[in-house]
Amino acid sequence: MKSSVPPFATDAFGPDALIMKDLDGLNWRLADYQARGGYQALRKILAEKMTPATVIDELKKSALRGRGGAGFPTGLKWSFMPKNYTGQRYLVCNSDEGEPGTFKDRDILRYNPHIVIEGMAIGAYAMGISVGYNYIHGEIWDVYERFEEAIDEARAAGLLGDSILGSDFSFQLHAFHGFGAYICGEETALLESLEGKKGQPRFKPPFPASYGLYGKPTTINNTETFAAVPWIINNSGASFLAMGRPNNGGTKLFSVSGDVERPGNFEVRLGTPFATLLEMAGGMRGGRKLKACIPGGSSMPVLPADVMMATDMDYDSIAKAGSMLGSGAVIVMDETRCMVRCLERLSYFYQEESCGQCTPCREGTGWLYRTVHRIETGKGRPGDLDLLNSVADNIQGRTICALGDAAAMPVRAFIKHFRDEFQYHIDHRQCLVGALAAAA
Amino acid sequence: MLSAQAIARIDRELTKFPADQKQSAVIAALAIAQAEHGHLGTETMDFVAGYLGMAPVAVYEIATFYSMYRRKPGGRHCLRICTNLPCALSGAGEAAEHLKKKLGVGFGAITPDGTFSLEEGECFGACGDAPVVLHNERRMLIGMTPGRIDDLLAELAK
Repeated sequence: MKSSVPPFATDAFGPDALIMKDLDGLNWRLADYQARGGYQALRKILAEKMTPATVIDELKKSALRGRGGAGFPTGLKWSFMPKNYTGQRYLVCNSDEGEPGTFKDRDILRYNPHIVIEGMAIGAYAMGISVGYNYIHGEIWDVYERFEEAIDEARAAGLLGDSILGSDFSFQLHAFHGFGAYICGEETALLESLEGKKGQPRFKPPFPASYGLYGKPTTINNTETFAAVPWIINNSGASFLAMGRPNNGGTKLFSVSGDVERPGNFEVRLGTPFATLLEMAGGMRGGRKLKACIPGGSSMPVLPADVMMATDMDYDSIAKAGSMLGSGAVIVMDETRCMVRCLERLSYFYQEESCGQCTPCREGTGWLYRTVHRIETGKGRPGDLDLLNSVADNIQGRTICALGDAAAMPVRAFIKHFRDEFQYHIDHRQCLVGALAAAA
Repeated sequence: MLSAQAIARIDRELTKFPADQKQSAVIAALAIAQAEHGHLGTETMDFVAGYLGMAPVAVYEIATFYSMYRRKPGGRHCLRICTNLPCALSGAGEAAEHLKKKLGVGFGAITPDGTFSLEEGECFGACGDAPVVLHNERRMLIGMTPGRIDDLLAELAK
């Protein structure tokens, strides 16, 4: 499947898809969504006057965990909103998808925007929220415009706005776009950006549930998290849980990129073996051998082929294997790839995107890049690997937000698993992969 | 400083936020201004500041922090290509080299005839469609092999 060229087969995202079920790339409009059973969950909640606590309980039973990267239990997060607060509170959808390797929210938003709107409306109902924003990555302008259209459709049909479907529940939803800042995917940076400021993360605590947008209680969830909510309400939390594994409920979209035959998004049950996912993506490009894989987006530790091939794709299994599921971005690298070169590009990204607020990250990410760059270009020095680990040590855990950790973790993992390659670059001032290819 | 249509678009953005939070519209307002003028000059930024009731410096901060704003005049067509790792694994390096060769300029430069600017981008969130080129911030072009880059350049040069 080439996900970007509709129409495509309605099972293009995988046979077990819940969010991406029956999508052909063209059937994104309200009428299509309702023909697929869309907005039934919202109708049911309003018709049955379901209590917010019941909705949140169902989510807790589902073991739905945050799909943006942190994997925090969604039901628990929703229960953190202050109960007796009478002022304005906000709901925010984080669609600022910029973690290298991740491109799932773009497909959800352009092929099934109403499922996100319905999920957000249910969240708003469950948390007593009347205003929401969907913060969309600035680079995907057509997706932002489509989402605005979808909001207009829903509003015209009485599914958003005042007195939704004749009930006393009102929810105003708006689309917002970024303009090129990776850091705004961090939830408090995103809030700053929504307030019209530089996207520099806030110190936590206070957490957004007590001090969020404009200082008001705010809940922020990822696009895919909201998109999972309607199915849970329609089919029960227990059914969603059963689609995955204990503590890892449901299905998950994985964005597979890099050295595979068919890069794209695949929605599979959590706990699906990596080998199966790789097969769905058409296997390794040109029949080459898998060398390494970053299983959860560029910020997560890389894993070597043998570990990856023995791993199942769920939060706990990937953690056990030594990495993190993160956003579900699976970056595949084959045997012809130089690990020093790969890390060099990632380190360049983090020094470019550091917001500059915390010294360890602002200075450290540049230091990491310059050191990896000189190793890659044959100017590495004997102590450079220890230096890299030491700089990583002095960034990780010492910054306001996780961008510092995101820059440090790949460095440690690449050196840990592929130390020989880095050492060879330093000792011989050339690439091991290149040297082996020349010798063969 | 901005056309009536641009002002109308900014006004529409303002309806999304509380009346005392006009600053929330600044990212959109600057994008609208850039789409009209091709870049953000000081006068444009000052106008937006005045319109939203912000200090000019707060607007400059936005224009310098977010990477898709251009503060200097560029080519008529700004082409931004992502070269990050997932894209690089799918031919972005070759595509970038091809663009540089065809345009005869490097990243951050404008072709002598003023038609094209070339920029290196960071993750657009479209890694499965690599190589990816963003045209004037609004139009995303996917699967940009050297052949398709040639087609694009021919189309835009007209």
